[in-house]
Amino acid sequence: MAPILTVRNLTVSFGSRTIIQNLSFSVERGENLAIIGPNGAGKSVLLKTLLNLIPHQGVIEWAAGAKLGYVPQKIAADRQLPLEVNDLLMAKARRLAISVQDVRAVATRVGLTPDLLKTSVGVLSGGEFQKALIAFALLGNPNVLLFDEPMSSLDELTEEHIYDLLRDLQREQQLTILLVSHDLSVVYQSATNVLCLGKGRPCFGPPAEILTPQNLEALYSAPVKFHHHLHE
Amino acid sequence: MEFGMTNTGEIYGIVLALLFAIAAGLVGSFALMKRMLLAGDVISHVALPGLGLAFLFGFNPILGGAATLLLGTLLIWQLQRKTGLAADAMIGVIFAGSVAIGAVLTPKQDLVEALFGKFENLSFWAFLIGVVAVALIIFFVFRFKDELILGLFSPELAAAGGVNLDRQNLYFLLTFSVSVLVGLRFLGALLAGALIIIPATTGRRLAKDLSHFLFISCAVSILAVGSGFALTHFLFPKFSPGPVVVIISAILFLLSLLRNPARA
Repeated sequence: MAPILTVRNLTVSFGSRTIIQNLSFSVERGENLAIIGPNGAGKSVLLKTLLNLIPHQGVIEWAAGAKLGYVPQKIAADRQLPLEVNDLLMAKARRLAISVQDVRAVATRVGLTPDLLKTSVGVLSGGEFQKALIAFALLGNPNVLLFDEPMSSLDELTEEHIYDLLRDLQREQQLTILLVSHDLSVVYQSATNVLCLGKGRPCFGPPAEILTPQNLEALYSAPVKFHHHLHE
Repeated sequence: MEFGMTNTGEIYGIVLALLFAIAAGLVGSFALMKRMLLAGDVISHVALPGLGLAFLFGFNPILGGAATLLLGTLLIWQLQRKTGLAADAMIGVIFAGSVAIGAVLTPKQDLVEALFGKFENLSFWAFLIGVVAVALIIFFVFRFKDELILGLFSPELAAAGGVNLDRQNLYFLLTFSVSVLVGLRFLGALLAGALIIIPATTGRRLAKDLSHFLFISCAVSILAVGSGFALTHFLFPKFSPGPVVVIISAILFLLSLLRNPARA
């Protein structure tokens, strides 16, 4: 089967500054692609470009029938907005003619309780907010999830819960996941392929090939402490 | 205006003002959430040169106001696409410039009326056009409510979901301007924007969710317009209703400060 996403010679520049240069890679259906790299390497920019939110050169080809869901890293939402999580989910649901039952089902799936649905978006904790964004992305049954991992707003337990959730969703719904991640052990465990962005040439391949100490040191310009167990 | 006596034209005028209040509450709520408070407050000033020309050459003030308001709206839309200080400064210059040009153009005896409005009896057709305008405003707000919510929560998520934010902004600014236009005659170029903004500010303080917010904004707006008209009609016929309505809405806002906001 043809890849669900093919990217050829993608270049993204802001003014005179080139963020992504000549990037090519492809993603198969059901794959879990991890995108790694230091701050400012263009990981979030890449996701937004794939969503066609940023002008670019080169080719981005989504296979016919690809339905994208997007979980942004953070949102500069005004905390004073008188919007409840439910207002937000229903706004998208009405646009896509999704039934209230389906909204409830998605909310339950990601662990948004009825109480949280009636909570104003301004007072959610980092983890609750993330759940709300995931529920928002999952409305309409996307088969591709572009997930920009928040860097520090989540505690470890919540983070683990969210990774479990993604794994389950991937298994149950044949979801293709493009995950910007900062947690290399998670990447090592769950990614099918890794794309690294940073200074120099981008690299692409299975985690065991890409996540070598030499590669990582070159990528982050510093020795990276990260533990994986090859004989696991 | 005799105590208790009303004619049809007067009833048309009062009914349209009350309908305007509903439109103002809805549009103002979204303007507030879109952080358009300041621009919204003064957008009506752009109508002044048009009013001035209309008074000068003796044509319908609403036509004049509509013409410059439309021009100003398109200009502001273009400026908002470029973010940053330059755009803000330009918008400020446009508003101040409009008031100055309007003040020069408007014949002296008409200036107070152009600035602060005057109640006038409406012909059936003027009333009908106003009703259609209000219906369009309400239709727009409810038709695009979800798009607006997504856009103000996260422009990125909205765009990823296929919302054209640029177009949405234009439509919203136009809706705002049409609302200003409906209120322009009785509130005047200085105050028409204020009545769209102040009730929404009050609603925001008291509301906890969106439908609550829209409802309170509309209710406050209707209360201000209704009591303002009643006061000037029955007790203070010397005053024109516009400024009284705005004073009442400001008092209602101050009263809302007494109550703790729904959320810190």
